[in-house]
Amino acid sequence: MTTFGSLRKRVFKRRFGYDQIAGMLMSLPATLLLVLFVVIPFFTAFILSFYNAHLASTHTNFMGWENYRRILFDPETSGVFWQSLGNNFQFALIVVPLQTGLATALALLLNQKIKGIAFFRTFFFMPVVFPMSLVTVVWTLFFSRDLRGMFNSVLHTISGGSINPVDWLGTPGLALVSIAIMSIWAGAGFQMVIILAGLQEIPLELYEAASLDKANAFQKFRHVTLPGLRNTLVFVVIITTIFSLRLFDQVYILTSGGPLGSTSTVMFQAVTTAWTQDNIGKGSAMTVVFVLIIIALTVVQRLVLRQEKEIK
Amino acid sequence: MSIAPKGNRNPVKQFKLFLNYFFLAVITLIFFAPIAYLLIGSLKPQNEVLSGLGGFLPVHLGFGNYANVFNAFNSEATGYFYSFYINSIIVSCVIVIGGLIINSMIAYSLARLRWKGRNFILGFVVLLVILPFEAIAVPLYDLMNPYRNTLFAQYIPFVASAFSVFLFYSFFISLSSEIQEAARLDGAGPWRVFFQVIVPMSKPVFASVTILSFLSAWNSFLFPLMMVDSPDVRPLPLAMTVFFQQQQKDWGTIFAFGVLLILPVMIVFLAFQRYFIQSVASSAVKG
Repeated sequence: MTTFGSLRKRVFKRRFGYDQIAGMLMSLPATLLLVLFVVIPFFTAFILSFYNAHLASTHTNFMGWENYRRILFDPETSGVFWQSLGNNFQFALIVVPLQTGLATALALLLNQKIKGIAFFRTFFFMPVVFPMSLVTVVWTLFFSRDLRGMFNSVLHTISGGSINPVDWLGTPGLALVSIAIMSIWAGAGFQMVIILAGLQEIPLELYEAASLDKANAFQKFRHVTLPGLRNTLVFVVIITTIFSLRLFDQVYILTSGGPLGSTSTVMFQAVTTAWTQDNIGKGSAMTVVFVLIIIALTVVQRLVLRQEKEIK
Repeated sequence: MSIAPKGNRNPVKQFKLFLNYFFLAVITLIFFAPIAYLLIGSLKPQNEVLSGLGGFLPVHLGFGNYANVFNAFNSEATGYFYSFYINSIIVSCVIVIGGLIINSMIAYSLARLRWKGRNFILGFVVLLVILPFEAIAVPLYDLMNPYRNTLFAQYIPFVASAFSVFLFYSFFISLSSEIQEAARLDGAGPWRVFFQVIVPMSKPVFASVTILSFLSAWNSFLFPLMMVDSPDVRPLPLAMTVFFQQQQKDWGTIFAFGVLLILPVMIVFLAFQRYFIQSVASSAVKG
């Protein structure tokens, strides 16, 4: 009794998928935009990195690995990039332990059954909704190098006038630390919320069992909380490291990479090379190196997390 | 009755409770200090903002700085303050609303529909999730050059988001499939099931994606910085930064600008702070 049409429909559904047309149509707009604005730019970066390319230029010269050689190996020009990459990792070395530690402490404080937790949580989280551009503007006045700057004023008051004003952003070695402190303030609430969610997933029975074994507060933290938080902490450490590699806004607005390149970062170099100096090819090559580092970090994260599953 | 909660009488516990609140209060003060400084500074005369600890003193307050913000931006050359606002609102709305529609649709087709090519597209989206925007900023700047100084260039690259797709996908896959199967057996096609069954069941994930994509759209800085140099299409954060870099002295006005920039976000945040915090937490647990 089946008509030819419905038979054809069924054959189609078996050969392709049951919802072939709807499935394709529903994924089409997002797929198209992702291809146009993520995939194509990504491959374009790779191609441009082999050219001496400028914005909207028609004449571009193929130069092979020359851009990479200049960035990474040429003794005359590679210094800036290595210094910037070093700054990124130095920044990560300050921010990752301090911010994760602070966020864990905050999350532990908030993970208690006492009144007013929601109130405090709101305040700790508030900086997260601020754009980095605004955070930077406010903190410029905290870092001001004379006594009118907040930090200098506080130090002066506490020490009874014996500490001289510090040039927080103008001293190599100190500028990056200052930016790190500001970034920790801006980002700790974000990590705190993630760690808090992790804490709440640890089964209460484990704590009860520990209590029966007469474990004290520290032992509970060491043997129940920390192992329970392992995956959350691995995740937090990796995303904070990736955040550290993406560092741009603060540096661009506060220091422009100075003093003496001590706050320059990979993204700052990539953007200023491509945008300010109109050297799209070299900027693209830096982007490619940046992506490779991100991918490497993500692979490390997956490996560490998988290892955990196998142990279990 | 005589059995009061023990904790209230136990002095050790009370001391611990006191310590907890003490730490919480001190940390709250530290966390809130820069925000308080911004709010108070925006109401103070220009020369009293940058004055060390005195910057916190709420004296000589007035709304003069806010009037100055509007007076500083009242010509073609400087741009108009209201137009920065409108630009930010348009860009954010297109990104949020367009993103909700197309990202939820693709996520549904990947999570619940049976079609060839699904696994390929799913793998493709998962790969893109790890790529931060910075990884494509430079080539995108080159490719979008014909659209310099447009609002189009500021929203179109951000409407589709692998991260939003991933959030929707994780939610849809966790929904019980019974209701959907029943609807399908009753003869509803995939489109009807999506719009009439799935969307009404998925308010939490729509709220999360709205909050997260709005925040990143409203706060976006790097791409507008590269793509926009004409004041009439400047979004708020860029306009504030340009103003800040030109005018390193007029702190009161810059702070007032900052408050006006963050005000809508703060209002929504304080009204829905639970949802904000849940969104961020859920986004990370799933990512």
